[in-house]
Amino acid sequence: MKKNWQPVIGFEIHVELSTNSKMFCGCPADHFSKAPNTQVCPVCLGLPGALPVPNAVAIESCVKLGLALGCNINTSSKFDRKNYFYPDLSKGYQISQYDQPFCYKGKVSLPSGKVVRITRVHMEEDTAKLQHGELDGQKVSFIDFNRSGVPLVEIVTEPDFDNARDAIDFLKEIQVIVRLLKISTADMEKGSMRLEANISMRQEGETALPGYKVEIKNVNSFRFINKAMEYEIQRQTKELESGKTPAQETRGFDENKGITFSQRLKELAHDYRYFPEPDIPPIELDTKLINDWKNKLPELPEALRKQLVSRGVSQIKALTISSDALRIEMYNKLIQNHYDVNKAADLIINCPSDLLNDLNKIIDWDKTRQSKQVDLKTIDELVNRALKENPKVVSDYKSGKTQAISSLIGSIRRQSGNIDAQVLKEVLERGIKNL
Amino acid sequence: MVILWSRLSSMKTDLYRLDIAQARNKLLKKEISAPELVRSCLERIHQLNPKLNAFTYINDSAIKQSEHIDSSLPLAGIPIALKDNILSAGLPATASSLVLENYISQYDSTVAKKLKDAGAIIIGKTNMDAWAHGSSTETSDFGPTLNPHNTDYLPGGSSGGSAAAVCADMCIAAIGTETAGSIRQPASWCGITGFKPTYGRVSRYGIIAMASSTDSPGPMTKNVSDAALLLQIIAGNDSQDATSSPSDAPDYSKDINSKISGLRIGLAKDYLLPGMSGQVISLIRNAAADFEKLGASVEEISLMDPQYSIGVYTILQRSEVSSNLARYDGIRFGKGRDSFAEEAKRRIMLGTYALSAGYYDQFYRKAQQVRTLIVKDFEKAFKNVDLIIGPTSPGTALPVGASKNQPMFGEMEDVLAEPSSIAGLPGVSVPCGFIKGLPVGLQIISSAFNEKKILQAAYAYQSITNWHKTKPQL
Repeated sequence: MKKNWQPVIGFEIHVELSTNSKMFCGCPADHFSKAPNTQVCPVCLGLPGALPVPNAVAIESCVKLGLALGCNINTSSKFDRKNYFYPDLSKGYQISQYDQPFCYKGKVSLPSGKVVRITRVHMEEDTAKLQHGELDGQKVSFIDFNRSGVPLVEIVTEPDFDNARDAIDFLKEIQVIVRLLKISTADMEKGSMRLEANISMRQEGETALPGYKVEIKNVNSFRFINKAMEYEIQRQTKELESGKTPAQETRGFDENKGITFSQRLKELAHDYRYFPEPDIPPIELDTKLINDWKNKLPELPEALRKQLVSRGVSQIKALTISSDALRIEMYNKLIQNHYDVNKAADLIINCPSDLLNDLNKIIDWDKTRQSKQVDLKTIDELVNRALKENPKVVSDYKSGKTQAISSLIGSIRRQSGNIDAQVLKEVLERGIKNL
Repeated sequence: MVILWSRLSSMKTDLYRLDIAQARNKLLKKEISAPELVRSCLERIHQLNPKLNAFTYINDSAIKQSEHIDSSLPLAGIPIALKDNILSAGLPATASSLVLENYISQYDSTVAKKLKDAGAIIIGKTNMDAWAHGSSTETSDFGPTLNPHNTDYLPGGSSGGSAAAVCADMCIAAIGTETAGSIRQPASWCGITGFKPTYGRVSRYGIIAMASSTDSPGPMTKNVSDAALLLQIIAGNDSQDATSSPSDAPDYSKDINSKISGLRIGLAKDYLLPGMSGQVISLIRNAAADFEKLGASVEEISLMDPQYSIGVYTILQRSEVSSNLARYDGIRFGKGRDSFAEEAKRRIMLGTYALSAGYYDQFYRKAQQVRTLIVKDFEKAFKNVDLIIGPTSPGTALPVGASKNQPMFGEMEDVLAEPSSIAGLPGVSVPCGFIKGLPVGLQIISSAFNEKKILQAAYAYQSITNWHKTKPQL
């Protein structure tokens, strides 16, 4: 009997930290839409003689993220040089971490119950930004060093995913955690959270990793990474079924066509000639300090979900709240303001999203909504009915036409106008998933 | 009046012969002015540089810079030469390589900044082995520097330009850098005082990196008391160098003339190499006897065979070099990689190989392990003695051309400085005699951050010897 092909997916996630200064110099780290090469110094330009001095706040952020992802922390750590040539790399090497990352062996539990193993979380520096253009009629590449040396945390997962949906759930969870820790804006479209997916296929039941992997780079939204994964799964399955092994390569994603395309073949592993960065002494982290950071971590989505459900809040509500850093934050503030758990959850879910960033506005809205209120139970009922009555929409959505549910949102809101469209969309999506 | 003027002017023509303390004294008493002192050195440089090639850049605007100097500053108006791998904003910094032939420093190294803040006048940049790769100054892309004691001979290196400049009185003092011998060995060959501080005592910020884990800038001077004065200015913690020591530097000149009676000195018998000239050995033994005259006790001690350091140093240094030179890709500044000369290419290739996958454990990691053994060997030795003495170099200066086709020339000539450099320890080389008109250097090593003890012993030695006052005939 012919077995099914099953994806093996793992991630490398880069998160740019929102520290005041860069990783190894005093230049501002916030480079978004700044005039090119205005936030540079000898260190991040890699001028002769310049030396890196590590940013303690960035290291703290990295360790906190590791702790939030359930990692062990290396109390003795160090930086290493990763040597390679590229015009966006000012020193000819990137300062990164090789065999003693700050954080290793963590795990993240997803709402579905799936547990994802985190291989490591380490600290490094961002590269400069290349822009290809034309100057005096010649094709040229411009280099903007504002981004050179911005603190970057890299999260590496084990190849634990066998479907795109779990992968997206995980990536969103990471974004929420990063935002909760307030260490980065984690905005995908601004490049402060960047994803690289490693995808290959094996036959169901196999445990060994396939002999190849395809890396998908530079995808800047969850929607596109989802499309890219789905496309890649189909493409590789087709190749495998025709008896070929997909090439080991890096592929990009064409947003317009919705397909991935080959960028460069990666037949050999790069030899980065890692060695300990001699300009930075080894870093010792105090266990007391680590424990202190650990104890001060905010409540994380997984714990919050469990807590809400145990207090009688519905799964859907719990998921909706825990899938957004701002909602979690505001929920916690309501609790601090002596709101009852169920009431707070209800309020967070029903409150229009444009009021969510201000606690007073939420409370005011609560006071004035009075009888106009549509409670979550009603939403659930409306959603369940709509899903039951529209199986075509459900199947369209499941086959990737996610726009299909907008018709349901419209019709439900026509029945009961006081429901936030975003909340409704999420409840619908979860409803479909749970069907 | 006429007579007085001629006496004064003749006196002022050889101001370049002064040391820091003398010059400072005359400046404070207003016997001379800073521009006069600077002019005297500049004239000396212009006179001798065509012959010696000690300078890659002569800062003729130094006179103007010295005109309004604040005389209360500790180095007010003192002309100092910088090795050409030390950045001083607005001045060239070539590291004696064609790659950086037209490169102008965009910022001040911490050393240059501290010197300038102390009132020093940067009089020029001195020649060196290209990228500091060598011990002859013969690998400079701008031609070799010649030894002022005999121009058929090399000055040593890589800080050969600084050593020759001090030796020939082309400046009042100079700064060199040492990775393994590059201050002490040229000091030995040129007969000057060369002080290599503990790794981390003097900031590396703004110094073109050679081997980051051992690079140490230090003073190259006419005598020990000047070395203490200059070290005082450049030493100390620097927030821009993560490897710089957080501890405060002590007052190096204070009590420099303390008696050294009771000091325990070890003569490293393993540094009296087989095949070494008997004359060198007897000069070192004479120096040991001088220390005994000064009241110190001298005993022969055993250290790890210095030959082991060659392997360790070669691996670590080549590895770091291969990475440190990667930024010189010619994209943003400097010339392209084809401008690297043979020696740099050789080191880049060897280092790249040593760091490659599969070889790292065999080479780099192993070298680090042996490095730890060398550190421990010194720690053990310093349990029984305060200082260790021995020859700085296996012999006197070698003739011009000696380093050609000798890829390991530097390592052979630096073999006696490499162990302490690898261990990060401080050391000085002071002249202790001459053989056929060429100086012989005595090195004094201490445990980490014990610079003061070295300075006191070397000062005491120079107080009863005149080798450091023996000047070349030029």
